Amino acid sequence: MAKYKCMVCGYIYDPAVGDPEHGQPAGTKFEDLPADWVCPECGVGKDQFERMN
Amino acid sequence: MSVLKILPDIYSVGVVDWDVRNFHGHTYTTKRGTSYNAYLIIDDKITLVDTVMGSFTAEFIENIKQIIAPEKIDYIIANHVETDHSGALPEMMRLCPKAKIFGTAKCREGLYKHYYGNWDFQEVKTGDKLKLGKKTLNFIEAAMIHWPDSMFTYCPEEQLLMPNDAFGQHYATSERFDDEVDQCALMDEAAKYYANILWPLSSVILKKIEEIQKMDLPIKMIAPSHGIIWRKDPAKIINAYISWAKNETKPKVAIVYETMWGSTGKMARKIAEGIIQAGISTRIFDVAVTDRTEIIREMLDTRGFLFGSSTHDNDMLPAMAGFLELVRGLRPKNRVASTFGSYGWTGGAAKEMEVVLKEAGIDIASGGPSFKYLPDEREMKACYEFGSDFAKIIKGG
Repeated sequence: MAKYKCMVCGYIYDPAVGDPEHGQPAGTKFEDLPADWVCPECGVGKDQFERMN
Repeated sequence: MSVLKILPDIYSVGVVDWDVRNFHGHTYTTKRGTSYNAYLIIDDKITLVDTVMGSFTAEFIENIKQIIAPEKIDYIIANHVETDHSGALPEMMRLCPKAKIFGTAKCREGLYKHYYGNWDFQEVKTGDKLKLGKKTLNFIEAAMIHWPDSMFTYCPEEQLLMPNDAFGQHYATSERFDDEVDQCALMDEAAKYYANILWPLSSVILKKIEEIQKMDLPIKMIAPSHGIIWRKDPAKIINAYISWAKNETKPKVAIVYETMWGSTGKMARKIAEGIIQAGISTRIFDVAVTDRTEIIREMLDTRGFLFGSSTHDNDMLPAMAGFLELVRGLRPKNRVASTFGSYGWTGGAAKEMEVVLKEAGIDIASGGPSFKYLPDEREMKACYEFGSDFAKIIKGG
């Protein structure tokens, strides 16, 4: 599962960790995060994330 | 700043900081000073929108007292955590302990981590409305314009947008409105603010403007938290923001250099001759002695960047290193850059500068001249030709 980086603040979404604090359990793929999910650090939308190689 | 009624029952109660010359530590020079704007709405619920820098608390409270007793304030809107807008909040909460603060979830967290106050705080989200009596406030979350906590407040009855730092300028004036001040100075400060603070957040800004346009909120007046209020032509600053956020550029070149014994400076001026001869406008800045804030403002709408440095300890000179680090963080798009400089033995400045530019995602045009010691006639001619060639790239868009 690919990690995604917030291009605004540098936060990395790791699907292995998820974002449990905001209802996204470990194992949630970035693609499966809801459309209104935002970066837990800086608050910008999913469109500001880029897939990491 | 004297208190001024800006709309029916809405007062500007902020303060002017005539003397401040450095902002955000020493990252931003404020040659024209600044103001910390706050707005007081007199309605069934008396509401304060933002406060001011802590060192101006006494003057701010005196301003409020000209309208009402501060303890009568029911609501305080905290659009932004940063201390130049929240600094007077602890004293306000001491004066009116029953006041309720409204802000985003990140604002609650941020205010707590600044002041550790046990305050009545109501979290709000985009779309939430607060009825004050005759007037209403609508909230629009604006994460990363320019902190995670940032929020815009809109009053539909007056078609007034209070976007805090967005659309602001570090510009101390006795006047309060756009139609009362020098237009060149105003737009220069607005551009400087955008370039030095908001530039890396351009994609977020563009999206937020689109979102607000879709909300179909008529905007008659924009009252930011620094500088003048846009009442004559709010569209002017919105359109400027759209252009800056799209990284739209003009065909011109900024030459930024640092030199040890003058050779790199000499090369900079010869390159500029080639650029000018090709019909392209250019500005030369010695980064060691020039105000960085001004250079960045010039670069905001400039398509071509040339960076020159002598080689020192196998690397670029230190003022250039600091400046390029700043440029890297600003993440400019749609630009072309190249490097040049003089060296004594193995060289290295040009290569090191290119490493930073590549990391910044800036396209690099090849052929930037690097010469040993003092450039001779043939090498100076090569500088001129490089300037001419680079101008053609810039002209081509």
